[in-house]
Order: sequence, then structure tokens, then C-alpha cells
Amino acid sequence: MSAAIELRGVEKSFGNVAIIRNVNLSVAQGERHALIGPNGAGKSTTFNLISGYMAPSSGSVLLRGQVISGLPPYQINRRGLSRSFQVTNVFANMSVWENLRCAVLWATGHRYAFWKNIDNLPEVRDRTAQILTDINLTARRDVPAGLLTYAEQRALEIGITVAGGADVILLDEPTAGMSHHETERAVALIRRLTEGRTLMIVEHDMSVVFGLADRISVLVYGQIIASGTPQEIRGNPKVKEAYLGEEAA
Amino acid sequence: MSEMTSSAAPPLPAPAEKLKFYSRWVATAIVLLLLPKIFGSGGSLTTFSLIGISIIFALSYNILLGQTGMLSFGHAVYYGLGGFLVIHAINIIGANKLPIPLPIVPLIGGLTGLFFAALLGWVSTKRSGTAFAMISLGVAELIASSALILRSFFGGEAGISANRTKLLRVFDWNFGPQIQIYYLVAAWTLIAVIAMYALTRTPLGRMCNAVRDNPERVQFVGYDPHVVRYLAFCFAGFFAGIAGGLAAINFEIANSAYLGAAQSGTVLFATYIGGVGFFIGPIVGAIFVTFLSLGLSDLTPVWQLYFGLIFIAVVVFAPGGITGLWMMHRPLLKAGTLPSVLPSYLIALVPTLAMIAGLILSIETIVHFTVSPGDDSHIKAFGVSFDAASPSIWAMAAILLIGGFLVARRTWTWVGHAWDHATSTAREKGIAA
Repeated sequence: MSAAIELRGVEKSFGNVAIIRNVNLSVAQGERHALIGPNGAGKSTTFNLISGYMAPSSGSVLLRGQVISGLPPYQINRRGLSRSFQVTNVFANMSVWENLRCAVLWATGHRYAFWKNIDNLPEVRDRTAQILTDINLTARRDVPAGLLTYAEQRALEIGITVAGGADVILLDEPTAGMSHHETERAVALIRRLTEGRTLMIVEHDMSVVFGLADRISVLVYGQIIASGTPQEIRGNPKVKEAYLGEEAA
Repeated sequence: MSEMTSSAAPPLPAPAEKLKFYSRWVATAIVLLLLPKIFGSGGSLTTFSLIGISIIFALSYNILLGQTGMLSFGHAVYYGLGGFLVIHAINIIGANKLPIPLPIVPLIGGLTGLFFAALLGWVSTKRSGTAFAMISLGVAELIASSALILRSFFGGEAGISANRTKLLRVFDWNFGPQIQIYYLVAAWTLIAVIAMYALTRTPLGRMCNAVRDNPERVQFVGYDPHVVRYLAFCFAGFFAGIAGGLAAINFEIANSAYLGAAQSGTVLFATYIGGVGFFIGPIVGAIFVTFLSLGLSDLTPVWQLYFGLIFIAVVVFAPGGITGLWMMHRPLLKAGTLPSVLPSYLIALVPTLAMIAGLILSIETIVHFTVSPGDDSHIKAFGVSFDAASPSIWAMAAILLIGGFLVARRTWTWVGHAWDHATSTAREKGIAA
């Protein structure tokens, strides 16, 4: 079985500045893989390269064995890879319901249809309602997304990401800026929503990372310096030196 | 579907609500049918026809601006080309005695608009924002100048005329009298409005809103924002073409003014003044602007200047347009706190009107001395005669303008306070403002 996501010799530079340097990474199907590293290490850039937001300068990204690097984001999304954003990226003037519904439409096959009444599509309705319930925003259904609280917007962000039913999910710092209590709820939500799917997550909160991930990769200065189970990463001296050490201090 | 998720979805409209919804359209149809019985003069029928045409045109523009977030400076291109093709079609149909009746001819205009939008839109819809606006302007200039160069098709300055009465008759109507044109325009307006409303309630229509709000995120839920914008552009072109076709039928002529910058500007004005955020906004704007341009042009020679001032005032003070103002007041109406703001409105109205009167007096005086200084200084504007050369008039203008502004500014803060009070009371009653 081919890996859910595979990066082969991926490089990305802006001008002369290399941000990502020869990254090789493989995430198995159904695995929860955390990408950690200090600020500016290139974690979000890696996500941007996988999701098609940017094309790698060289190397290739494979989704279930097929090359996706160079494809536009919407085509990658249609192949079953969905990502969230570090900075909340929702449809601010539209209600929570409409936000989620937009994320369901393509996957339910309605595409650019202009001959169907959107309120008359039972499977869209059901799936949207399901996601709305999953992210616990039923009470805020008709509120414009821009007026939600920060934690609610983060939940909506995750909801939009998973609503299309993609089986590879990339979450970019889903708990950033949340209180301890909110983080716990968000982790439970992520765990539930990504059940049976492949998850890649960028996260700074080590309790989240070690509680959630099956495997962890450590990115420092655009290079993966270690990859392994949480135990292996915890015991890795290079990681301690580069990253965890300063956190522990 | 589980019990829990079904309650999470918004309730489907009850039969009573559906009935109310459909009866609203039926009522509109009846009003359109009966309108000529109340206002039957030739002048009012012409006005109604013009309003119908500009409603279709403004709504088609709002598919771009309000629904998909694309600011076009060249929407008249599709209106104008629709108009020209319709004039040519009428001439060809008439000359060859083809069995095509006039009522379906506007469709030719629509298809023309669609064709050119499909042709010219692919490149311009690659980007929204400034790039789209600039390309739309460039295309508009290109087509408008071609209209003056390609004389055989566009007829140069004079344009091309046609006789609409020579086509296959239906119900023994020859569409000579304005009343028959009114019914033709009214029917098309109703159809087009329903169609454009329905479009907002389709998957494409909703994705247009999503592209407007956040084109980047749209790409990560499987949609290509370029395709969404392109399809919206094609629909906008189609309905603009219908409007242009109806205009050509109404005037029996098409000329380069149809596709010029002024026409593109007018539809932007109408749409924006009405309110881009609501489906009904462009309808309100089209009605308002048509009446305004007909009314103002009788009252003053520089009516376009006032038009511009009104537009600026709307952009600055009421970005939601007329409909936006109305929607702001709805929660107050529901909460019953509207009467508490009305007195402050009335108080503010007096100095504000004085200020506007002073402004008008100044403008008309300046216009007199810059445009026709040699003429008799006893001029008439807005139905009021005055002597533009009289210093007492100048003094009065200055006092009204400056004094009015100083007093009005204080009353506006009262309005603000009354407004805040009324909305907070409404919020306490649980009505979102």
C-alpha cells in the first residue's frame, strides 16, 4: 500500500533563500502525523507545498502514490486532501451553516450547478447538519462566521476542512491561541473528526502533539532532523538540542 | 438521518411560508398587469418600461458586484451588444418575413450578451479586484471605440434603427403602442428577476458568495474561483444582453451610447445606490435612479452633477445603499423603538435641508457664471426662480450652506445618540441589530 502522503526531495526557495531543503517524508494511511519545529522552520510552508498553495522548486509530493505537486489547490482537494489554515480563513459574511455547506457542495457532486435549488439537496443538508453538530456550533448556525468567537472560528475552520470528506487532513496549528480548556475540547474534536483518516498536524503545544500523534517529524531550518514515534522523538538527542531542550529550559 | 442532525439543519420552509413566497411573485405580476390602468399616460408607460429595463440591467450587474465581488467598469458592453444584435435581428426578421415574433427577440440580445461575455470573460475573470476592474474598463473602451469605427455594423454616431412593428404578430399585437411595449418589458422583467433570484439559491450562486468573501479558501473546498467568476460573468452578460435588447426594442434604435462608459457608470450607480448587499437593492436603485434622472433633468441642466453628489453621499454615509438603510431600521421597527429616533430625524432634517438648499443655490449660481455668464441672470432651478447676480442671493446661499452645516452637525450627533439608544433597547428585547 502506498503512503497517504509522500514528499520526495522537496525543496522550496524564495529567491536565493531556501526555506525547505531536501525534505523526504512519508505518512502512512490512517496515521496521525505531527510536524513540529521552532518558529520559522518551514512547517506552514510544507503544508502549503502539500496542499498546492505553492509549488515546490524541486522534488515531488505524492498523494496515495500519485504526483500532486504542481496541481492547483482545488484539484488536490478533489483528490481527497483538505487543509486548514493557521490564521482563520473562513467566509466571514456568510453564516456558519453556509460556510459548512460550501465545503460540502463539491464532494456531494453538485459542482457548479445552477439548475438545482440548494435548499432542496437532502444529502447536502444532512452532511452539513452532521458537521455542524460535530463541531458543536448548532446554536450558532445562523451567525455570520465573522462574528464568532475565536475558539468558535477555529472549530468552524476544522469543520470546513473535514466537511468535504477528504481522507487526508492537514491541520495547521488548530489550537493556537486557545485556552487550556478550549485546547482540550479542540483535541477531542480533532480526534473524533479524523477517526479513520490520515492526519497531518502542525502544532506547538507539546501536550497536544504527544497525546495525539502516532508519529512525529521534527523540522528545523527547512530540514527534517528526526522522524519517529513520540518515544523515539522524546529520546532523540538531536531533537532535544534543537527544539525540546529550549522548551524544557 | 439521525434525530440530532435533523434538528441542526435550518427548518425547511413550512407550506404557509412557501405559499407566502409564491404569492409575493403573483402579487408582483398582478401589480405589473394593473399598473397601466392607474398610470396610463404615454409618459408614465415609457417611464415604467425604462425602469423595467434598468432593473434587469442593474440586477445583472449585481451578479458581478454584490454576489461575486467583481467591480466592473464595462458592463454596458454586453447590454449594448445585445441591443445592436436585436436591432439587426429585427431588421433581418422583418425583411425576410421570418416567423419569429417580437416577444422572443430579447432572447437574441441575451444570447449575444452571453456569447460575448463567454468570449471576453475568460481572461478578465482570472483575477478579481483591481485587475478585473482594469480589464473590464479596457474591454469597454475597446468595444465602444469599435462602435464608432465599424460603421457598417454599429452605424457610427447615428446608430442603427429598426421598425419593431413589422414582425410576426401574436394576439394581433404589432407592438407599436407603448402599452404593448410596457407589457413586453414587464413580462421580461418578471421572468429575469425570478431567474436571477433563483440563481442566487443554487450551488453556483452560493459559491459566488463564497468567492466574493474568500476566493483563496474556495480553492481548498474543491472549487476553482476562476470558473465560478467566469460563470457568474456569463450570467451577468446574458441578463445584461436581455436588458439591452429590450432597450433597443423600446427605442427602436441602438447607438454607441448603449455600450459607452456613461452607461456602464449609470448601472454601477443604480446598483450601488440601491444596495449591493441585498437581492432587492439593485431593483430599488434602478427605480430610484430612473426617476431621479428623469426628474432631475427637468429641474436643472447640471443634473449629472447632483447625481454624482448623491452617489458620493451614499458611498460615504450609507455604504449599504437605500436598502441597507431600510434593513438597519428593521430591527428597530420590530422592537418598537423606531418612534424614539423619528423626532431626532425630523429635527436633523430642517438644518440638513437648509444646508442642501444653500449648496444647490451655490452650485446653480456658479454654473450660471461659468457656463453662460452672458445670459440673463434670472435663472430657475428646481422650480425656483432667483437672480444669480444678486449679492443677497449669494449671502443667503452662504448662510444656508455654512449655518445649515454647523447646526446640522450638532443635530446629527443627536441622531447618533437616539440611534444608539434605540438599538441597545432593541438588543435588550432580544432583536439583533
